[in-house]
This record gives sequence, structure tokens and C-alpha cells, in this order.
Amino acid sequence: MENIISIFVRSIFVDNMIFAFFLGMCSYLAVSKTVKVSMGLGIAVAFVLTITVPINYLLEEFLLKEGALVWLGEEYANTDLSFLSFIMFIAVIASMVQLVEMVVEKFSPALYNSLGIFLPLIAVNCAILGGSLFMQERDYANIAEATAFGLGSGIGWLLAIVAIAAIREKLKYSNIPAPLRGIGITFIITGLMAIAFMSFLGIKL
Amino acid sequence: MFSNKYIFIYSSVMVVIVAILLALTSTLLKPAQDNNVKMEKMQMILKSANIEVGFEDAIEKYDEVITSEIVLNTKGEVIAEYTNGKFEKGDVRAFDIELKKELQKIEKGNPEDANLPLYVFVNKQDTLFIIPIHGKGLWGPVWGNIALKSDKETIAGVTFDHQGETPGLGAEISESKFQEQFVGKKIFDENGSFVSVKVVKGGVANSNINPMYGVDAVSGGTITSQGVDDMIRECLINYENFLKQ
Amino acid sequence: MSKGNSLFSPANKKLLFGPINMNNPITVQVLGICSALAVTAQLKPAFVMGISVTVVTAFSNLIISLLRNTIPPRIRIIVQLVVIAFLVIIVDQFLKAYVYDVSKQLSVFVGLIITNCIVMGRLEAFAMSSKPWPSFLDGIGNGLGYSLILIIVGFFRELLGSGSIWGYKVVPQAFYDFGYQDNGFMILPPMALILVGVIIWVQRSYSKELIEEE
Repeated sequence: MENIISIFVRSIFVDNMIFAFFLGMCSYLAVSKTVKVSMGLGIAVAFVLTITVPINYLLEEFLLKEGALVWLGEEYANTDLSFLSFIMFIAVIASMVQLVEMVVEKFSPALYNSLGIFLPLIAVNCAILGGSLFMQERDYANIAEATAFGLGSGIGWLLAIVAIAAIREKLKYSNIPAPLRGIGITFIITGLMAIAFMSFLGIKL
Repeated sequence: MFSNKYIFIYSSVMVVIVAILLALTSTLLKPAQDNNVKMEKMQMILKSANIEVGFEDAIEKYDEVITSEIVLNTKGEVIAEYTNGKFEKGDVRAFDIELKKELQKIEKGNPEDANLPLYVFVNKQDTLFIIPIHGKGLWGPVWGNIALKSDKETIAGVTFDHQGETPGLGAEISESKFQEQFVGKKIFDENGSFVSVKVVKGGVANSNINPMYGVDAVSGGTITSQGVDDMIRECLINYENFLKQ
Repeated sequence: MSKGNSLFSPANKKLLFGPINMNNPITVQVLGICSALAVTAQLKPAFVMGISVTVVTAFSNLIISLLRNTIPPRIRIIVQLVVIAFLVIIVDQFLKAYVYDVSKQLSVFVGLIITNCIVMGRLEAFAMSSKPWPSFLDGIGNGLGYSLILIIVGFFRELLGSGSIWGYKVVPQAFYDFGYQDNGFMILPPMALILVGVIIWVQRSYSKELIEEE
């Protein structure tokens, strides 16, 4: 349990998807002009990450990893399908996004209206695929750890995009050198925020 | 314009073609990839004995200087020995053992089942005992090798490697600057009890640890340094009985 | 699309070289930053990453352009993803087999080329509606524009952060004896972002028409 909490906290602060790995930067830069909209996208990303990481974890454990097919019979003990993992992961993500979109549309039209336009974009958000690939590389011990990691990374991403959106709203009133306006200053501010987030590296977990 | 039937056939054909091509590439490149992994492992083992070899020469050099591969249990008894290309005892090569699985057995409370690998290195001047180690870094695994001199307590060389650490952070553990610090340190104190080598945050000079048993941590990689510290202690302690013999 | 049928007509040249400066995918189109910056602490992985992305963009553009009239619009995105994922797996397998050390450094970031917005973006914006050869050039051009930024960032981070280039020490020992120190800060992830910000600043100071009104 302690391990799960530590993974959760780490993935929010220490190994933040944006500040430590720059994942999901495209939508982070494009959709961070107002707090309200970025909040919507952030929630959608966190939601999809929490669903896809555990699903891909199961795929990895019971299908792709070397020796994962043992449950089919001993003769499969040496089969290694891990070369298929990219394609399987992205397929799962694309179909989960589609499924989530349909479910949300059916049961909560209000949520769909606020999230709806972002959902299709999420399939190609690096943070989502990155979540699954990190899960694979870091070799989590069980599905609870994988879920904690997915949820934590999602919340970390949400935090980052809402924070930058808030700063950009205020930035309108500043006198920035013309060539830096827009994307340039956003990069630099993100860099400074990332430096601030690095102080979390010191926390003992 | 496109019927459902067309879409269905289109996607099926696409999936089949992609699957065939991928399986083909994977099968064709698998031997080269496995060979890379094997050579890297050999290179790491040799490096801990302070022998730098190119990737391609690793196999030849390995066969030349690593005279025996020994498998031990935690009591320090030899289970298998593979010397100069043939088995003297048992039938497991230390090189083929996956250390991670053996350490898991110990963690789960079955230390008697664990097979511990050990490599014996011989050249003109010296005999070294090389112990592979494996542990947890900030995220993924860290691993390496420790070479002990024939007195079985003085470190002759170490190597560490890691996978997927925060880019740039903690990666320093695989650099020689950090690793060279270990040379000459001892893992047993004067009374012969096991002390391991501590990785000290803030530097050994500023702490009350005897510099004989400690090295400076890497900058910025607190958790990784801690991981290396734990790894050395937890792996070497399994060999304690053997090393005291 | 090109008037002359020559392979390197002016229009085609523009496809190839435009993305390197005026239409650069990173600094102007702001695409594909995701997987780019984490690998630029050193020059070598940045270079390999650039090549890999160029290969994937060029060939996925080519393949999609060849297939463009047969792809049913409803499953368009999936078809594109499958083609990209397929190419990325092949690149990954090759890296693992032939440049093992770099592939280890790149780790998950090779896989993340799949969701690199440049690749998808060029497929949607160009390859779906253009002939194979221009698409191929467009892919190479965008790949090169992307590599250029990666290499610039990688160059400065390695030079200032570790005092070396491509793994070879270039800052002479005399400097260190004199009290010079490597700026460890450059190796940390945030500096990549700040460097890109600076590159954008420099580029837009020269090309005033790129300045954003906000």
C-alpha cells in the first residue's frame, strides 16, 4: 500500500508527464489559453490514462511479455510478442477513447458537451501512449500499482495544463518582447515551472 | 462510396499484411538483438574487472579471462561449476541465470531455492570474484557487477547500468567518475562483519562514515543513489557465507 | 501540383526546404515537441532520434499517399495509426539490433514517435491529398526541420552541460584547471524547454512575419 501511494505521489510531482518528460506538449501548448478549456482537456486526459494504463498492463502481462502466454500451455513459455506492443497499445488507446466517448455521450450529455471535442484528440496525445510505455518499461508489480501510476500521471498532467493556462491568462497584460510573444514565452515559462517542480525530487519516498 | 464489406476486408487485409511483415522483421533481427544483450552483459562483467573491450570483442575476451562460472546457494555452497567450457558440477551456467528472479525468491522468503551466480576472473596478476547485482532505482531497475579481489573483501572495480531513469538525472551512476570511487573500498570491517559500501549523500567527507566503507552520492539523483546503496547491500549479503569462507 | 515534371522542380524544392526554416515543424507549426526534448541531453541520441523521425514521416507520407484513394474515410485515423505504428516498430527493431547503446538511451521515446504530432499532422494535411513523390519530399523536409532543432538543442546541452560533443571531450582540461565547470543545469530537462524558447526568439527576431499577435 505504501508503495502505491509513493508511486501515485511521484507520478504527480516528481516525474510529472509535462515537466519531466515533455509528454503531451502539443495539446498542452495549443489548448492552454484559458483555464476553463484546459481544465476540460486535463480531466479527459486523466480519465483516459486511468483506464488505458491498467488495460495495457493486463495485455502486457497476459499476452505480450516473454513467457506471458504460459496460461495457454507450457509450450508457449518462450513466446515473446513484445515487438507488437506499440501497435497493441495504440489500438487499445484508440478504441478506448472511442468507447469512452460513446459512453459519456449516452449517460452524461452535459459532460459530453464539455469534454466532447477533446476526446478524439486524446488518442494521439503522447502522454497517453507514454503512460503505457512507461508502465511497460518500469515493470510494475501488480495492477494496483499500474492504476496508481496512470491516475497520478493524469492528475499531474491536469495540474500542469491548468497552471500554465492560469499564467497565460495573466500574461496578456504583460509587455513581452515581440518575437517571444505566444509560443516562445510559453516554452520559457514551462521551463521555469519545470525547474520549480524539480524541487520535489528532494522528497523522500 | 465505401461499403461496410469493403471496410471490413480492407482492414483485415491491412492487419494481416502488417502482422506478417512485423513478424518477419522481428524474427530476422532477433538474433542480432539477443547477441547485443549477451555481448553487453559480457562487456559489463569484464568492465568491472577493469578490462575495457569493444562490443564485438566481448565474447572472445570473456571466454579467455572468465575461467569459471559458479552457482552458489545462500549458505555459500557450490551448486554448479562451469569451467573452461565444460561443467565440473551441476548443469546451470551462471551466465544464464536471471538474477532478478533469484532475488525475488529470497524476498519471498525462500532463500534456500535461490541460485546465486558468481564469475571467477583469472589473469596473470590476480584472481577476481565478480558478483552481479540488481536493484531498484528511482523508477525502473538498476543493475551492475562488483569485482572483489582474491581477499574477498576489497573492491577491485564496479559497473552500474540502469534503464529509463529520469533523463540526465541519476544517469551518472553509469559513468566512470562515480564508479571509480568504489575501487579499494572494503565490504567487511576489521572485525570481519559485513558493512557493505555506503553511498553517502552530501559526500563522505562531510559525514561520520569511515571513508573505507563509503563513496559520494551522485548529484541530483538522491533516490537513485539510495537505490544503488540498497542494491549493493542486499545483493552482497547473500554471498556473505561464501565470502567469509 | 508541380508544373514541371522534374523530380526537383521549384515547388518540390520548397516542400523539401520550407520546413527547415520558415515552416519549421517545431518552432513554427509547434508540432511534435512531445517526444523530442527528453532525448536532447546529448547530441548522439538527438541525432538518431531525428533520423528515425525523418524515416517515419517520409515513409508514412509515401505509403498513405499511395493508398490515399483506397482508404475509407471512416477508418482513416486507424489506418494512419497502423501504418505509423508499423514503421515505428521496424525502426525500433533496427535500432535495437544495430545501434543498441543509443536505443537504450532513447527507451520509450522511440515508441512515442507514433503519437508525434508531426507524423499524423503531415499525413492529414498533406499526404491524404497529394501525389506520392511530393508527399515523400514533404515528409523528408519536415523530418529534417525537426532534426535540425533537436540537433541544435542537443549540441548546446551537451557542450555546455558535459563539455563534450558526440561523447568526445572538447573543452580542454586547461579550462577546468582554471576553474571552469560544466553547467550541470543544462543536462536537466527544463533547460531543453528554455533553449527551444530562445531558438524561437532568435528565429522570430530575424523573420518578423512569424511574430504572433496576441
